[in-house]
Amino acid sequence: MKLELHRRYRFSAAHRLWSPRFTGTENRQLYGKCANPYGHGHNYTLDVAVTGPVDPSTGMIANLADVDAFVQREVLEVFDHRNLNTEVPAFRDRVPTAENLCVEIFARLKRFPGARLVSVRLEETGFNSFEYQGDSQGGLS
Amino acid sequence: MIYVTRKIEFAAAHFYHNPDFSPEENRRIFGKCNNPQGHGHNYVLEVTVAGEPDPATGMVLDLKELKDILHREIIERMDHRHLNYEVPELAGRIPTTENIAAMIWQVLAPKITRGRLHRVRLYETPDLFVDCYGDGR
Repeated sequence: MKLELHRRYRFSAAHRLWSPRFTGTENRQLYGKCANPYGHGHNYTLDVAVTGPVDPSTGMIANLADVDAFVQREVLEVFDHRNLNTEVPAFRDRVPTAENLCVEIFARLKRFPGARLVSVRLEETGFNSFEYQGDSQGGLS
Repeated sequence: MIYVTRKIEFAAAHFYHNPDFSPEENRRIFGKCNNPQGHGHNYVLEVTVAGEPDPATGMVLDLKELKDILHREIIERMDHRHLNYEVPELAGRIPTTENIAAMIWQVLAPKITRGRLHRVRLYETPDLFVDCYGDGR
C-alpha cells in the first residue's frame, strides 16, 4: 500500500528577484515588480510529503513530532522572518525564486532520517505554487 | 486519462494507544493523542477516480453514484463514530491518518466499478493529510 504523509507549514520572508547575469533593464523586464530594489515579502505555505512503510506498532509512516522538529530546525528557523537574499547563504549568489527555494528546501529535508522525502510544494501566494520531487539534474540554478 | 475527485467530510473520535507499549512509551510516542478519553477531528476525504469519459455520456462515472457509494461506505460507517470502538475494519489497528486512509482505500476500491480508484486523500486537519495510492502511482 503506497501512502504519503503530507504536512503543511508556514513561513514569512522577504526577497528580491535580481540576477547579476542581467543588466538593470533586463532584470526589470524579466522580474517586473519583484525586482524593486528594497525587496518585498510573502507568506509562504510549504507542503512536505514523506513516504515509507507504516510501522505496525505505531500506525505511522513517521512520527509527526519528529517531522515537525526537523522542518522547524532545517527550514523554518532558517527562512522564517528572514531576508532570503541576505540572510540565507544558499541565495547569496542565486535568485530566491520559489523554484530555487523548493530545490533548497528539498536538499535540506531529504536528510530526514525517519522516512523518505517524496516532494516539497511551496505556495508563494494563494495563486501560485511550485512542486519539486528531487529529480532535477542541475539542482539550484 | 481524466481524474475525477469528490470531497466529503466526516467527524469522528479517536486516540492512539498500543497495548504492547508501557504507559510511558505510549505517552512519549503518541503525545496528546494518547489521552484515553479520546479527541476528535473533522476529517475531509477526497476520493479521486481515474478513467476515460464514456463517449455516450461524457462522464468517467456518474458522480451521483460516487456520492452514494461514499455516503454508504464512509459516512454511514464512520461519521460521528469512535474509530477505536465502532469501526470493525480498524479493529486491532491504531487509527492514525495512515491506517484510516489505507482502510478507506480497501473499502472503496472494490466498490468503484466505473473508472479506477486513483487516490484517497484524507485530511485530519488542514495541515495534515495522507495520500493513499493503493499499490499504484
